[in-house]
Amino acid sequence: MATLLSFCQWLGDTSFSIGIRESTWTYPVIESVHVLSLCVFVGLLLLWDLRLVGITLRRVAVSEVWSWLIPWITLGAVLMVISGVLLFVSDPVKFYGNIFFRIKAFGLFLALLNAIIFHLGVERRLPEWDTAAVTPRGARVAGAVSIGLWAVIVVTGRFVAYNWFPPLV
Amino acid sequence: MSALFQWIEHSWLGVSVNGSLWAFAAFEAGHLLALAVIGGAVLVVDLRTLGWVFRRQSVSEVAREARPWLVGSVIAMFLTGIPLLASLAYSKYYFNEAFRLKMYFLFAALIFTFAVRQRIAMSDDARANSRIAKVVAVVSVLLWSGVGIMGRGIGFY
Repeated sequence: MATLLSFCQWLGDTSFSIGIRESTWTYPVIESVHVLSLCVFVGLLLLWDLRLVGITLRRVAVSEVWSWLIPWITLGAVLMVISGVLLFVSDPVKFYGNIFFRIKAFGLFLALLNAIIFHLGVERRLPEWDTAAVTPRGARVAGAVSIGLWAVIVVTGRFVAYNWFPPLV
Repeated sequence: MSALFQWIEHSWLGVSVNGSLWAFAAFEAGHLLALAVIGGAVLVVDLRTLGWVFRRQSVSEVAREARPWLVGSVIAMFLTGIPLLASLAYSKYYFNEAFRLKMYFLFAALIFTFAVRQRIAMSDDARANSRIAKVVAVVSVLLWSGVGIMGRGIGFY
């Protein structure tokens, strides 16, 4: 943990970090990109998750929903990661010590884990249930867990801005 | 208008939200979640109209699937947005240029979406795939982006 903190301190002292932190426009622009790409990423990912749960686009094959949506979800994800990393770089020590940021980071890890489990598990048998009326239990659980985790990530992401709790470092 | 904003701020709702440590943040988080839903529900139909997703389904089929999520998220936006507005209606939002612009964009986006875009998207294939429909889809994305950008801008103004 000490190394993570000293890395954050080093990063926060770079001229790149100071540049974002102290500029009038850079930070608001990056944050706006982060919020707008949320619509693209989470909004379209939600449609995919709802398809897995069996709520939306039920008459479209699962593989077809995936292949149409994935370029847009990827685009949203790339914008989210780039803007998110830049926001973090602007004040690394502040984010590192923020309880909500840590919950969010853990949520991101769990969301990634959920996607990997789906990929290695029920997705392998996708040809069997691609057009099935009811998606298998594993797919429904993966979709519901994803929706729940992303809701937590969005909410804790917003809460990072509040200083209800003293910094952890 | 200033009297209205003062009244809202001093109403039970405004005073309650403003007096609470958590209420504003909680409504704000809900507002952000609804933003994600509205983003997906708007985008999927506009992307379909432009021919960039679900080309094997008709525009009206995609629009029908997205409709409950669009309507639901707009309602959620109002339910979470009104308490946010009420909390500081006069002390903050009345004088906030970004808020004012957001309301103009919101008014235009709502009218445009439900009076123009939904009608075209729900109509027959020839109309829903026309060049006019594609222009409508682009305008729809731009108007809703305006709402989102100005919404974020309120905090920076």
